[in-house]
Amino acid sequence: MTAVDKTQNDVGTARHVAEREIVLAHGGGGQLTDQLLLETVMPRLSNPALDALDDGALLDPTGQDRVVMTTDGYVVQPWRFPGGNIGQIAVCGTVNDLAVSGATPMGISLAIIAAEGLKKKDLEAVLDSVAAASKRAGVPVVTGDTKVVGRDQADDIYLTTAGVGRRSPKVKLGIEHVRPGDVLLVNGPIGEHGLAVMLAREMPEVTSVLRSDVAPLNHLIAACMAELGDDLVFMRDATRGGLAGVAADLAAQSGYHVTLDEEAIPVRPEAQHAADMLGLDPLEVANEGKVVMVVREAAAEKALSVVRGFEDAELGGEAAVIGRVGDAADGVCELHTVIGGRRVIQKPYGEELPRIC
Amino acid sequence: MNDLRSTTQRALDRLKRAADTLGRDVKLMEVCGTHTMSAFRSGLHALIPDNVKLISGPGCPVCVTAQGDIDQMIAISGEPDVVLCTYGDMMRVPGKHGSLEAMRCKGARIEVIYSTLEAVQLAQRQPNSRVVLAAVGFETTTPPTAAAIDAAAKLGLKNFSVLASHKLVVPAMTALLDSVGDDTTGIEGFLCPGHVSVIIGSDAYQPLIDTYRMPCVIGGFEPMLMADGMASLVEQVVAGEAKLENLYPEAVTPGGNPVAQELIDRIFEPDEVRWRGVGPIPGSGLAIRDEYAAYDARKVFALDDMPDREPNGCICGQVIAGLANPDGCSLFGTVCTPVRPIGPCMVSGEGTCQAWFKYQRPAIAARGRVAKEVVTA
Repeated sequence: MTAVDKTQNDVGTARHVAEREIVLAHGGGGQLTDQLLLETVMPRLSNPALDALDDGALLDPTGQDRVVMTTDGYVVQPWRFPGGNIGQIAVCGTVNDLAVSGATPMGISLAIIAAEGLKKKDLEAVLDSVAAASKRAGVPVVTGDTKVVGRDQADDIYLTTAGVGRRSPKVKLGIEHVRPGDVLLVNGPIGEHGLAVMLAREMPEVTSVLRSDVAPLNHLIAACMAELGDDLVFMRDATRGGLAGVAADLAAQSGYHVTLDEEAIPVRPEAQHAADMLGLDPLEVANEGKVVMVVREAAAEKALSVVRGFEDAELGGEAAVIGRVGDAADGVCELHTVIGGRRVIQKPYGEELPRIC
Repeated sequence: MNDLRSTTQRALDRLKRAADTLGRDVKLMEVCGTHTMSAFRSGLHALIPDNVKLISGPGCPVCVTAQGDIDQMIAISGEPDVVLCTYGDMMRVPGKHGSLEAMRCKGARIEVIYSTLEAVQLAQRQPNSRVVLAAVGFETTTPPTAAAIDAAAKLGLKNFSVLASHKLVVPAMTALLDSVGDDTTGIEGFLCPGHVSVIIGSDAYQPLIDTYRMPCVIGGFEPMLMADGMASLVEQVVAGEAKLENLYPEAVTPGGNPVAQELIDRIFEPDEVRWRGVGPIPGSGLAIRDEYAAYDARKVFALDDMPDREPNGCICGQVIAGLANPDGCSLFGTVCTPVRPIGPCMVSGEGTCQAWFKYQRPAIAARGRVAKEVVTA
């Protein structure tokens, strides 16, 4: 073996870690998660409902009341963070996945995996949050399971959920309905969940007013669907991968050019400060109470007033139109920056923010 | 038009006037990774005049770290009882046998830290672990490393050491001009890093003026400040001048930060260190002084220097030196991507290759398509 061959082999070894073993970034909701799904999961489990790869799967596409199902695992660390804890995100994440699929959530399941030694009062705090979020969403926890593992075999507590909802056959939502001219709307300031968790984890000594935005969006989304009808064409909750992930996916999956207007994207100063300290881009950070809606251009003003005027002002009061779908069929997402420059937005790799939800 | 856009536009207009007056191409180098990121994230490259070329210099700490130093980190992380503390960017840099990420998969204990004192506290909390801080970076990250060693010494910790690969900015800039000669790089001005200058002071750049007659401007990181800095540089080129301008006077003094300098000087001494793709440069980095040898991981673990073998085909060394653009690399965007990086410039968030890939690539591809269509038509 020559020296050159050897080098190549060595680099090859290094390069394929993520192909031989599971790394944290596989769970980051970015490009590496996509790759794991496409290369490892899909070939084994492929079926029409799964293959759509939506937030919620349509179980009976032809039925009268179409049943939508979703599932999620929660491993956020630390489990308690400013603005909430793992209990709230478990309920809200599940409810929101159903809601952006156009379904009315009916009930969710909750499985608890606790580590031996978890304080009883901490478990109670988590369950109190589950109860509060369930009440706010109006979606009951209808079944569950409890498992306990050894002290060092898990960090305190993990949760898994499933959610079931009903979707009216009249609902026309989906990437296939997205057309040039459509506008993108977000219901408030971005990046706050991920930044609050990262700050709590990495810089606990820093005090900040930043709080997670965790909230159930089903009532807000139901109001928008009722008011906007077929003018609301597509929704996705901007969780892992953040707004960048949703916008990049929207461009790639619709095949159109998507532009975001940086100046219009709401980012609170405390979130920007936290992002600067942590070396992160608020665009790429997870939210737990933000939905990106794609609406017909003619309905943009109406959509904005519906969201901004929603009874719970915390959920929509700072909504903004942040971008649009362009004519070019290049599948590229581009940011028009505050200073008038342009740059490409891609889906994050996934390593930046491990265990954020 | 928003305030930021109009102030940036004023700076860009000034740059345009200077560039028009010059009437030819001019190549400027931004030396700091934070400048690189700011320029890409803000889309500044699309706004500067066509004849002004802003290229990235050796300012990404992860990118300039020699392959041998990376391999030392990976080797130490596999030693018994070791907890290796590192900044996040280092995790995925490929080494001779795997990366820190791969070592973590195999069970090595590797902690991603944001503050060096986290490593010291970890050593206090876990007396049976041997905590090693893998420290890289320029003068901005050196004081925290020095403070960590200082704190460990005062606490009398026996289980804490530092694998230091700290580098110095000004020797790197002079070496760049020495080793390749300005005929090759064609650099006609340096946009000097604001944060580093707060520590080292503006006087530190004087050799570049005196010996190399190289215009230097110390500037902040906002795109507007970068555009201002570039305008000052081009104006100097037009006037045939070479002087130091400090556009950050509220933060950067001629002498720098004496407290930080004293701390660095007490713990470290200048030494010849190795740079990726460039090799050893005398006096371009820092070694832990003998008085603090008990905290020097290279001595504690009796580590030998490891060879600096670049990944085959990787031109990160040339990219760092401003001699090549990422798209000049045969691996760029095909074999080497952020998901499967080959060289550190694709791993680091401040790396030039990642910035090109992440913020420009589809645009470049689209331009390439257009160009091709024009040719075939």
